[in-house]
Amino acid sequence: MMNAPNGPASTTVIGLEVHVQLATQTKLFCRCSTQFGAPSNTQTCPVCLGLPGALPVMNRQAYLLALRTAVALNCHIPPLTKWDRKQYFYPDLPKGYQISQYDLPMSERGHLAIGDDEGPVAPKEIRIIRAHLEEDAGKSMHDEAAGRHDSRVDLNRAGTPLLEIVSAPDLRSPAEAKAFLNELKLLLQYLEVSDCNMQEGSLRVDANINLHLETSQGVVATPIVEVKNMNSFRAVERALAFEADRQFQAWQETGQQQGDVPKQTRSWDDQGSVTRAMRSKEESSDYRYFPDPDLVPVTHDPAVIEQVRREIGELPADLRRRICRDYDVSYNDADVLVSQGRGIAEYFLVVAEASGDARQASNWVQRDVLRTIKELKCPIDEFPITAKELAALLVNVKQGKLDRSRAPDVFAHLVQQGGTVADAMGALGIERIDDSLLDDLCRALLAANPKIIADVQAGNTKALGALIGQAKKLNPNVDPNRLRERCLALIAARTSSS
Amino acid sequence: MQDAETVDHRRELGMPVGRLAGLPIAVKDIICTRGQPTTCGSRMLEDFIPPYHATVIEKVHAADMVLLGKTNLDEFAMGSSTENSAFGSTRNPWDVDRVPGGSSGGSAAAVAARMVPWALGTDTGGSIRQPASFCGIAGLKPTYGRVSRYGLVAFASSLDQIGPLARTVDDLALLLEVIAGHDPKDSTSAPIDVPQYAAAVSRPLPSLRLGIAREHFGEGLHTEVSAAVRAAIDVYRDLGAEIVDVELPHSRFGIATYYIIAPCEASSNLARYDGVHYGYRSRRSSSAREVRQELLSAGDDPAAVDSALVRMYRHSRSEGFGPEVKRRIMLGTYALSAGYYDAYYAKALKVRRRIRDDFDSVFREVDFLLGPVTPTPAFRLGERIDDPLAMYLEDLYTVTANLAGIPAVSIPCGFSQDGLPIGLQLQARPFDEQRLLQAAAMYQRVTDWHLRKPAYASTGSGDSP
Repeated sequence: MMNAPNGPASTTVIGLEVHVQLATQTKLFCRCSTQFGAPSNTQTCPVCLGLPGALPVMNRQAYLLALRTAVALNCHIPPLTKWDRKQYFYPDLPKGYQISQYDLPMSERGHLAIGDDEGPVAPKEIRIIRAHLEEDAGKSMHDEAAGRHDSRVDLNRAGTPLLEIVSAPDLRSPAEAKAFLNELKLLLQYLEVSDCNMQEGSLRVDANINLHLETSQGVVATPIVEVKNMNSFRAVERALAFEADRQFQAWQETGQQQGDVPKQTRSWDDQGSVTRAMRSKEESSDYRYFPDPDLVPVTHDPAVIEQVRREIGELPADLRRRICRDYDVSYNDADVLVSQGRGIAEYFLVVAEASGDARQASNWVQRDVLRTIKELKCPIDEFPITAKELAALLVNVKQGKLDRSRAPDVFAHLVQQGGTVADAMGALGIERIDDSLLDDLCRALLAANPKIIADVQAGNTKALGALIGQAKKLNPNVDPNRLRERCLALIAARTSSS
Repeated sequence: MQDAETVDHRRELGMPVGRLAGLPIAVKDIICTRGQPTTCGSRMLEDFIPPYHATVIEKVHAADMVLLGKTNLDEFAMGSSTENSAFGSTRNPWDVDRVPGGSSGGSAAAVAARMVPWALGTDTGGSIRQPASFCGIAGLKPTYGRVSRYGLVAFASSLDQIGPLARTVDDLALLLEVIAGHDPKDSTSAPIDVPQYAAAVSRPLPSLRLGIAREHFGEGLHTEVSAAVRAAIDVYRDLGAEIVDVELPHSRFGIATYYIIAPCEASSNLARYDGVHYGYRSRRSSSAREVRQELLSAGDDPAAVDSALVRMYRHSRSEGFGPEVKRRIMLGTYALSAGYYDAYYAKALKVRRRIRDDFDSVFREVDFLLGPVTPTPAFRLGERIDDPLAMYLEDLYTVTANLAGIPAVSIPCGFSQDGLPIGLQLQARPFDEQRLLQAAAMYQRVTDWHLRKPAYASTGSGDSP
């Protein structure tokens, strides 16, 4: 509930429709490649071109990926599902219909938990109305060549498997919508069902939004608007924020309520930061759904569903909870680690276990490992420092064998040269200075800096800081803490003896 | 011809050749042949050359048969007379003023005229059996799923089935054995083994229980057809068959059910012919500017009407499809529309289930159903072309087999006083083609209707292999 500056209290009501491209090698009903970026119309065959007489055959891998997602979204999986034709004319739809699922979707009535007491969005369960499989259409390109007014169609994408996930209108703010999308995307990535690349269209979001206003005549709903063309989660958040404001103003100006006008579709203009009405003609379609007689219904095998359930592995929410609980890491840190993907989270777990210091492990992974991965542009499983080796580095620091200030040098050396921590320390000449050597060094430094002795004797121990730089120049292995300790001891001894 | 030479050459070299090597076959022009036009009898696909063979063509080639040509049909198999072809009507070899039936009229006429020993047809509501009956030959509609539909241009996908036409039941068995079987490219083809039909067909069945459905001898059945079919029943009785009266109470809804389901599927299957990717595209103005100009000069408001794209669709489909195809597209589109779906399509599916149940219970009592194929012998060209309803009634006895998915065969059982062939229909349980053919062959062993030749038969070339 938010209170507008002038006017009634208002609740934003949002439902999302997410189309996810499943990570199959081939299309949903033929064996054409789904690889992105090939020259136009090269990944096609009679089936996905909709040539006369060609027939679809279901890709079992797509079905299994969809099933995995449905199970992870806690969906009910009915014993039987079937295929329907959704019919409309468009040049990028070669058969004149899209094979989809209408009244018996492969899964329905699930939920996805978002938020956390310690996070920016409060914990909440968002219901999933349904998740169903369908084939993608081709791509229309209008007036793309300079000075030419033409339309071109690329059917490489036609027939690519999509999972459409529809949430209930349970989201109450653009921030919640974004949190839902982040959590869903993370889940899909953990499940390895999609690469979720929004630039390549692997993940597309449409939103339905309206406001519930508390007026003196009771709760009034504004007309539901479908918002399209949002190309990032940030865009979704901004578009919904804009749309909520726009609907509030429109209501104040027109008083229009849900049911007064037909459902409107608006397109998000990211540069202009506004939503714009699309032609109303595009909405009032009668798709004349009916069962596709070319495909047989699919019976869900309970044994297959059980196997899928077993093989799913730990999902992000559980992993985040486990890291917080078992490893003494804050929610925000756990969230950062888990959000980086299963590989990073598992890397962290090994470092934490092997080093016995989860906090340091979290710091190192979040700071040094993530930064380096970004620089090297390599996935975590190709990262040059194994989790065990990073743990060894942390142990060396903890045991005082490796000075904290030299640890980054060892890390950098391991990134470049590989090998063990011991090798790296050897190569960098890092070793513990023995006590007598350190005392000699301290005496020499103090002798050269009588003012510092005087300052310390006067109670200003911080003056010793100036010696650290000098000491490092003489011997890079100097541990600043031990240096400070020894210097204080020597000055104290000198004071008492004088 | 090149195929024939290849087969001869391989034979000369002593290389193995297929089972029906070198034997000619004609194929209904709705079955895709790679590199050769497949028109479906439609202006829409006049120039369409498929880049692939239908699975049945692959199989026919594997048997080393020689594809002699493509045969005429009603446009997209919609019709019962082969008059709905964009490329002219086919005539009946027994009387050239009569239709050969349809929609596989070209295939039936070619076999009857002894141009080829075999032809492939397709049967959605009777399109193999009815022309076989009109032309005095044998035609089989196999069980739905027995023969792959891959490469068969769809009319009504849940009803369409490819089948053989030939002069004798023995020849049907030979060709069925070649074309039947599961196809991974067709999900609706059944993963059921193919029996050795050809070896089995000449074995008489030890016992026969034949059902006669009262509904097959009701109003509208021509007396000569009725007499010929009853005579055939007597022949079976003499062969030792037990004749049992049965009922198919829902068969009277067959035509109504069929003419909802088939057009619904057709309206969807034919949506792809939009002139965008292939097929006929209207040459009429369709650029946005031209459309605007056209509308302005006609005094219309350009803002109120179709986009150039919609006009292109409209022109191409208006010019590319014939009247019967348009009629069925409109019927199907209407029946699937919001607000009508439950009253028409959903209800038709329920009735279809009842029709199937009727057959299930009858086939618990008897092995086969015996009856007429069509209410009348072949009618005259032009006689029914302006009366679609009369044309639809041609399918009275045949559509229920498609709705139930069961196999059915048509064989000659007599002639009218005008000298026109009359057909006998036998229907059987799903996937019981072997015994169905055995039962039909038993009739042909003791009758000679199938040996009679029309006056227009060519001599020699098409005679029995």
